[in-house]
Amino acid sequence: MKGARIYRSALYIPGNNPGMIQHCPYFGADSVILDLEDAVATTEKDAARKLVSLFLEALDFSDTGVAVRVNGAHTPYFEKDLWAVVPKAPDALRIPKCESPQDIKAADDMITEIEIQCGIPKGKVKIHAMIESALGVERAYEIAQASPRVEALTLGGQDLLADYGVQKTKEGHELFYPRTRVVSAAKAAGLLAFDTVWTDISDLEGLKKESKMICELGFTGKAAIHPSQVPIIHDAFKPDCKEVQKARRIVESSKRALSLGIGVFSVDGRMVDAPVIKRAEHLLKLAELYPEFRSNESQGGRCDRV
Amino acid sequence: MTVSRIMNAKGRTVPTRLFGWEKAFEPYQGPFTIVEKKPIRKRASAPMRGYLPGRNKVAESLKKAIEASGLSDGMTISFHHHLRNGDAVLPMVLDVIASMGIKNLTLAPSSLTDAHQCVVDHIRSGVISRITTSGLRGKLGEAISYGELPCPVIIRSHGGRARAIEEGSINIDVAFIAAPSADREGNVTGAMGPEGCGSLGYAMVDARYARHVIAITDNLVPYPLVPKISIPQNQVDQVVVVDKIGDSAKIATGAARITKNPVDLRIAKNAFDLICASGLLEEGFSFQVGVGGASLAVASFLREYMIEKNIKGGFGLGGIGGYMVELLREGLFEALFDVQSFDASVTESILNNPLHIEIDQSQYANPFVDCMVNLLDVVALAALDVDVDFNVNVLTGNDGIIRGASGGHCDTAAGAKLAVVLAPSFRGGIPTIKDRVQTIVTPGETVDAIVTERGICINPRREDLLERALKANLPVKDIGKLKEEVERLTGKPKTPEFDEEKIVAVVEYRDGTLIDSVYARKR
Repeated sequence: MKGARIYRSALYIPGNNPGMIQHCPYFGADSVILDLEDAVATTEKDAARKLVSLFLEALDFSDTGVAVRVNGAHTPYFEKDLWAVVPKAPDALRIPKCESPQDIKAADDMITEIEIQCGIPKGKVKIHAMIESALGVERAYEIAQASPRVEALTLGGQDLLADYGVQKTKEGHELFYPRTRVVSAAKAAGLLAFDTVWTDISDLEGLKKESKMICELGFTGKAAIHPSQVPIIHDAFKPDCKEVQKARRIVESSKRALSLGIGVFSVDGRMVDAPVIKRAEHLLKLAELYPEFRSNESQGGRCDRV
Repeated sequence: MTVSRIMNAKGRTVPTRLFGWEKAFEPYQGPFTIVEKKPIRKRASAPMRGYLPGRNKVAESLKKAIEASGLSDGMTISFHHHLRNGDAVLPMVLDVIASMGIKNLTLAPSSLTDAHQCVVDHIRSGVISRITTSGLRGKLGEAISYGELPCPVIIRSHGGRARAIEEGSINIDVAFIAAPSADREGNVTGAMGPEGCGSLGYAMVDARYARHVIAITDNLVPYPLVPKISIPQNQVDQVVVVDKIGDSAKIATGAARITKNPVDLRIAKNAFDLICASGLLEEGFSFQVGVGGASLAVASFLREYMIEKNIKGGFGLGGIGGYMVELLREGLFEALFDVQSFDASVTESILNNPLHIEIDQSQYANPFVDCMVNLLDVVALAALDVDVDFNVNVLTGNDGIIRGASGGHCDTAAGAKLAVVLAPSFRGGIPTIKDRVQTIVTPGETVDAIVTERGICINPRREDLLERALKANLPVKDIGKLKEEVERLTGKPKTPEFDEEKIVAVVEYRDGTLIDSVYARKR
């Protein structure tokens, strides 16, 4: 994957809510999305844009990834949003309603121009392309490939279901195809894949089931609309302790094999090749995000303690 | 009177005598210095009064009762604040007293709430000339802060007030006790009646030590008051029946609702994680928590943990809200000891559940008796602001105006094995962590940790706790660094200007020494 970082969660924060923005790095999410689009009423667009721009400059987001969801390219706010936000170099822009490679290229061109004008290294601000129409789903791979700036595909469930003309169900059968399609396109292009939000903030049990399901489908992260959803999502991504220990053995053996010049080796009686090592390395990186795997005790092999 | 001032052990200047008060004060010397040095105190006592058979204790009117009490100029009157923002008794009584032309009284309630703003008028008309209370709010707090009362107010903690009454520093001439239920002989409880308020823990001390006690009720029941008596008839001299003692719906703003505010939840989670890491959450542990957003959320995290780990707590203490009652009902605690109910719904529990036990203010927190705060494992407290030395202010706002109450803050912090103070790192753009709090109510040496949404600051005195928190990978931050981090966002606030010549209130520590002075706010 191109993305060096793991974002299990991406927490939406309304761009016109300073009370939330000022605390957002402390809600425990791996990344936050400062939202200028759906969370902000038309009359508030200018104020939200200014506010988000100021916070990007003033607030220390520490280790939390920062994306800004700008308004779509078809709106009168798109250009203004980009000119207000890109100079402050957030990690990424979430571009809504991507339906074609041209949508990405147009956004890419404008971001590039602003980066150059502001002396920001070219390509620093990534694109998270939102797939939220049937057409977007069908063109997911082309969108993913449209620019090296694209770091993630992200499914926008609400708009997509409106486009399909169907209702959201708790089971999520209606999203099964777009989910697998988006994951597959993202993986094929080496990108991150974010799932859509769980809208019922009082139903954490439903969120838990859905998060587990999207992990199994291959998503690398999920959007959240309330901080209480974050730990549930993180829990769904938590690797199994025994798997983590096996991954440690694989990585250690691969290092040893490399130093001894051995090409092929086995762990627990099974042959290990490059994809297995890559997966093990990813798993260990993921495990690092969980305190229980960081503690010394869990290194030694007692899975009952974590 | 010459008022000399002296520096106390916190580096705060405090007076040794107060204008208008007879009592001399010692400066604060440390949380337990006085209790260790002079553990024995004489106890004051209330006079006995003989009654003939066939007497009638039910007075014709409030005015007649006051006349019969012998209340006159210069005496001390007391009230409880169990009806909190719904109390109608204090305003009613002060109006009658004023109409009788009695002046120059000392007002010694357990606290003053938003329902007691009329006190300002009675100060201006000379009915009230001295006040000792746990807290002041609203217009009254402003009037005091701007120096409208010549004699400084003495702010006392709940434990400190009980001590002051029992040792005779507060000599109550007439105690007026709002009684949600009473019988004709003066048996009283707060656990029944249309305006039931739960525990009468503060009033119980007043009734025991006052020279004369008047119970004021809107629910006179046939003798005897059953099944519960909180204050017995031998401590009550007269009963007055009125239309309404207040509105118990205003005791609390809401029942056991857990906050959804993400910042409060973050603070609560950090606090809960620290409590877990402390190792104190074992079978039989004891716990006190407030009813504020973040504090209550700590209790909800605790509940989940206790159920998951199959742990049963020993007792819950203090101001008891509906949520703690739910925990008792679920069998998560052996008992609740309730000095003050924060929620009218608690009355049903205190009446019917023998494991929900009403205690008085002295048993709760008086440092000169074997008080229950000393048995606390964990207390989760709130704060208006704190400083880098872990001192806590719960009394004066950022504008220097008195708008809070000492309550049981310093009592529980001193007693508990782990005292955790929860606060957002800034409110309304003003940082919570200061170089120096305007007013110390709880000394930093009794506070183990300050918990904010941005991290946990552990008192350097608690190396053991720091070690445990780090081992548990908690977001520990140096308090000075957190202060700087917040100030980078908010800037450094301007401090209000005070007239340091004029002391408007003193903060008495629970042992009777003075821990801080509150100066007049410049207009």
